[in-house]
Amino acid sequence: MSKLSIAVNGEDHLQGDPSSECSLVEYGDYQCPYCGEAYPVVKRIQKHFGKRLSFVFRNFPLSQMHPWAERAAEVAEFAGAHGKFWNMHDLLFENQEGLGDALFLKLAEMLELSPSQLESAIEEQTYRARVRADFAGGARSGVNGTPTFFINGERHNGPFDFDSLRKAIERKLKLYFPSISE
Amino acid sequence: MADILAAGTVAPAFSLHVTPDKTLSLSELRGKPVILAFYPADWSPVCGDQMELYNEILPEFQKHGAELIGVSVDGVWCHEAFAEDRHLHFPLAADFEPKGQVAMSYGAYRAREGVCERALFVIDRNGVIAWSYRSPIAINPGADGILEAHEDLPK
Repeated sequence: MSKLSIAVNGEDHLQGDPSSECSLVEYGDYQCPYCGEAYPVVKRIQKHFGKRLSFVFRNFPLSQMHPWAERAAEVAEFAGAHGKFWNMHDLLFENQEGLGDALFLKLAEMLELSPSQLESAIEEQTYRARVRADFAGGARSGVNGTPTFFINGERHNGPFDFDSLRKAIERKLKLYFPSISE
Repeated sequence: MADILAAGTVAPAFSLHVTPDKTLSLSELRGKPVILAFYPADWSPVCGDQMELYNEILPEFQKHGAELIGVSVDGVWCHEAFAEDRHLHFPLAADFEPKGQVAMSYGAYRAREGVCERALFVIDRNGVIAWSYRSPIAINPGADGILEAHEDLPK
């Protein structure tokens, strides 16, 4: 059973309450079509479980396969350093077909971030170490493709359509809080 | 079904083609940790995922000084095309003739289907198996077990 080797912590990009009863962690790649498919599913899952669920996104760019994945991850981290990680995360997935430098600069402008600062952050690889650290932690945790989800620290091995993820999360909620039943 | 070789067993020697004109022997790698990743076949989508994933994780294996070798019963020409298509940066060994002999010696052969198990072995610097794992054939095991085994190797 593969488990998250790095617990959710203050360095993470997190939506929701970190002390909520269910933690969903995704290791993803902005250029991966399956992560693109999972993106709206996660939104639905978040809506469905509301305050009972927190969501963390960590980088796992498959750079050999996806030439823009690493840079897109750095772009999201750049936005994160300016308090706009989730805006950029969403925009990158919503514009997955057009990933590339032109799009990155356009998205930075849309979020009122400085395109020239973005360019120098890419040039100087300011966020490379952060992305590689996410990747190494994912490898150590048993990430076996993208996206890989961890529910309360355990790798989810099944499919990641809405119903499969919902059921997997419900099983975890009941396991930990047997008094709550539907 | 025979079980795969366990930790503490001396890793069976082998010499297999990794390109049409080059062979690789386990003994050449003595002094380095070796990761042997047996997998059922080139091109099948799950296998591709596992080898592509290890290709991405290669720098993490290299931090431990480890050498990764993928092994299946596919022939060298098939391996060559597969490795080129997926931009693999590690050797794929052809357990092709006699078919599956090396996999058999590791207890990692599925005689009924005639393919390798999805089995992982970490071999220490002295040629002894330090860790082994057989994954359900349809599940990509990831690399956490391999990395943990390397952390536990004597330095």
